[in-house]
Amino acid sequence: MKEYDVIIIGGGITGACTARDCAIRGLKTLLLEREDLCDGASGRNHGLLHSGARYAVTDPEGARECISENRILRRIATNCVEPTGGLFISLPEDDLDYQRLFAQKCLECGIDAKIIDPEEARRLVPAVNPDIIGAVMVPDASVDPFRLTDANALDAKRHGADIVKFNAVTGFLKDGSRVVGVRTPQGEFRGSQVVLAAGIWAAGLAEMAGAHIDMLPSKGSLLVFGHRVADMVVNRCRKPANADIIVPDDTVSVLGTTSDKVPMGECDDMKVTPAEVELLLSEGVKMIPELAHTRILRAYAGVRPLVSAGGDGRSASRGIVLLDHETRDGIPGLITITGGKLTTARLMAEQVTDLVCSKLGMQAACRTAELPLPGSEDRKYSIRYDIYEKRAAVGRHGTEADSMDFSGAGSEQVCECEQVTRAEIEYCVREFGVRNLQDLRRHTRIGMGTCQSSHCVRRAAEILAELLPGTDADALVLDYLQERWKGMTPVLWGDTLREAEFMRLKHAAYLGGSVK
Amino acid sequence: MQDNNLSRLNFEACQKCSICNEVCPMMEVNPLYPGPKKAGPDQERYRLKDPAFYDYALKYCLNCKRCEVACPSGVHVADLIQRARLDYAPGPKHPLRDTMLASTDFVGSLASPFAPIVNAVLPWKPVKAILDGAFAIDKRRTFPKYSPQTFVRWFRREAAPKQGKFSKFVTFFHGCYANYNYPRLGKDFVKVVNAAGYGVHLLEKERCCGVALMANGMEKQALKQARTNIASMVTAAGKGESILTASSSCTFMMRSEYGEVLGLPTEGYRDSLELACKWLYEKIEAGEVKLDFRPDFKMKLSYHTACHMQRIGWQNYTIELLRMIPGVTLTVLDQNCCGISGTFGFKKEYYNYSQEIGAKLFADIKASAPEAVVSECETCKWQIEMNTGIPVMNPLSVLAAALKP
Repeated sequence: MKEYDVIIIGGGITGACTARDCAIRGLKTLLLEREDLCDGASGRNHGLLHSGARYAVTDPEGARECISENRILRRIATNCVEPTGGLFISLPEDDLDYQRLFAQKCLECGIDAKIIDPEEARRLVPAVNPDIIGAVMVPDASVDPFRLTDANALDAKRHGADIVKFNAVTGFLKDGSRVVGVRTPQGEFRGSQVVLAAGIWAAGLAEMAGAHIDMLPSKGSLLVFGHRVADMVVNRCRKPANADIIVPDDTVSVLGTTSDKVPMGECDDMKVTPAEVELLLSEGVKMIPELAHTRILRAYAGVRPLVSAGGDGRSASRGIVLLDHETRDGIPGLITITGGKLTTARLMAEQVTDLVCSKLGMQAACRTAELPLPGSEDRKYSIRYDIYEKRAAVGRHGTEADSMDFSGAGSEQVCECEQVTRAEIEYCVREFGVRNLQDLRRHTRIGMGTCQSSHCVRRAAEILAELLPGTDADALVLDYLQERWKGMTPVLWGDTLREAEFMRLKHAAYLGGSVK
Repeated sequence: MQDNNLSRLNFEACQKCSICNEVCPMMEVNPLYPGPKKAGPDQERYRLKDPAFYDYALKYCLNCKRCEVACPSGVHVADLIQRARLDYAPGPKHPLRDTMLASTDFVGSLASPFAPIVNAVLPWKPVKAILDGAFAIDKRRTFPKYSPQTFVRWFRREAAPKQGKFSKFVTFFHGCYANYNYPRLGKDFVKVVNAAGYGVHLLEKERCCGVALMANGMEKQALKQARTNIASMVTAAGKGESILTASSSCTFMMRSEYGEVLGLPTEGYRDSLELACKWLYEKIEAGEVKLDFRPDFKMKLSYHTACHMQRIGWQNYTIELLRMIPGVTLTVLDQNCCGISGTFGFKKEYYNYSQEIGAKLFADIKASAPEAVVSECETCKWQIEMNTGIPVMNPLSVLAAALKP
């Protein structure tokens, strides 16, 4: 049995950042994930790199954390962050007094907020509601959560960490009250410290280890629109509410979110309801009227791992929660890191790694804020320098694209909407242990474009079947289509309905599959 | 919940069915061209993310619009590609050549007064070699001839005084080709329209429609000329006159591309602007016009639907009109691109593609063995005549020849 200094459970952004931090500080590190990286909330969010402005009025401490992490990520994760900038717009029904308070609070938190003329805002974002009465410019940005998690995991691996995916923890190894390792279908792993970084699922794991965390699962639903309607993040300048952020993520626009309490039991299979779609759309068009005419590709929902402090999802603290179960519950060897945001994941990792080091009696400084992540080593590296087939891969993976082989069949395009090539697929199978099309999607953007995989799925499945002996291409296709279908169902009208019908017909009749 | 899903040039309606790729003539001969689906709607999403995603291979698009005709989702595929080229393409490799080829108005007004010299010198091998070497205009290309007298001069001198006897009028957009190269076409137009009982006016001010300028990335100049034409056409339309044309590409440019690609307002004249053959056919059908044809007229013709003609969708008016002429035996050819695409086929780097694309059409024409091919497009005419040796006539010229004197 392999002995580790630290075992981290949960391959989302927090777990990946923690694994990276621990590995860089020289700890023998294991990251365990029950599915693939980013399978939970890390892969189901807005892709927004907060400037902190959204929290400046209600949570100045959170706002300060955000702006500090925002600056760090812009530096160390150039291939994951697109420095779009953000606007907080005031509509005629909004209060300009709030705007003044907002701008002032931003400045107090160190966020460079600038009140601009509505005319200037319309120039920056031509699609914005022309009736806006005010706008504040802030350093919000777009961040790709899949890429950011990948980059952290990759760096952890390159610093010696082990990553075991598709392996759910089934129990804890204990020595008296002390947690000394975990039990999994792939065997037992021993570790001096076990960190729960499993988001909302930390509650169940803690329970298993004998501790109780009062989690408040808060569901956030989002809509994906087929293309970019704005080149900047657009927020509503008011107290945080539903459906008031639109983020340009890669080739699409994402509108969100909602915030509703959900029972723990629903967290594994969340569905977006028609009422949520209606709410998102009716609020979204107030900010960008064009959304009323833009194709919605799909709807999805994620769950915020809020820790209960009473009240509903929006009033509960979204701050970082670090629980030392030794002092809290008398269970040495167990630590939970939860709460927080995608934007502050690196900071969360730093805090938990500091605690792990102190438990291990080690002194090692955190270096994750200085070292660039894989893919971001060369900040001047740009899609401009490459052959067309490679550009999308460079946009996604930065300098990592240089280790993809675009010669010969490598430059064959597999996914046309998102320009995924065979070279990129081969790289992902090699680097991330991709097993199926869902995994592949998270590491590339395959099937996430306008056609929602109706064309690439077959080609990609054949390539995977070729690279992964014993894999059945038909099964991969069916599995993947079901998942795409789930996201399309809530928005099934107009062109999305046409696309779905075409997809069904093509696969059911022409390719001999069956799609329910 | 949503009224309908629309986006710029409707690109989001694309279902990725790839029918456009099936009909793209460039894809068939050039593996470097990504095809209309990728070049249009697919890459547009990436261009919106970052203009650096502009693909240089978009230069191969012929703008033949066959993709748009085929698209079952109403995506303006070729318009998207045109727009992307205008917005993001780097400067041309041969700026002087492209300007020369695209500025049909300017070059025509220079060449026309020296037509005999220009016409004699251009076909010379050494001259062609210089054009080929210095300007990358392919030496294998046959150049259109220039006319010593422009159509407009002829019209003002000979025809205008005779128009007074009519009580009803149409306005004629003659285009560069009729004006500088082949005034005969303009004369035939006047003859046919007069025979239909209508007098002919010219536009207050006419400039080249700009289709070649747009194709060569000279948007500023194209916009300038378009605005002049629009102002004149709005005035003519305001008088209640139909604005008639003989050329399909000018017509398509002014009816559709002015609005879709250049973003100019077209509502003030669009419904009044049509090809003379459609106008004539409808007048005849309505019983307002009767044409008197010679009983002894005999001609075996093959009709070639020019790509832009097919995009407008008016080829049937011409075909039916030709069938009204007793003595005409008409073969309607399968719609295939001739490959020249305006100035494209003149360029050395594209000459071979142009010839390869046209090969199917040339074979069809030869097999149908007509006395003349009929088409509304002048650049198709140059390409077909050069490759088959069979003369190409505008349908108006056929009508003019068949009319009783």
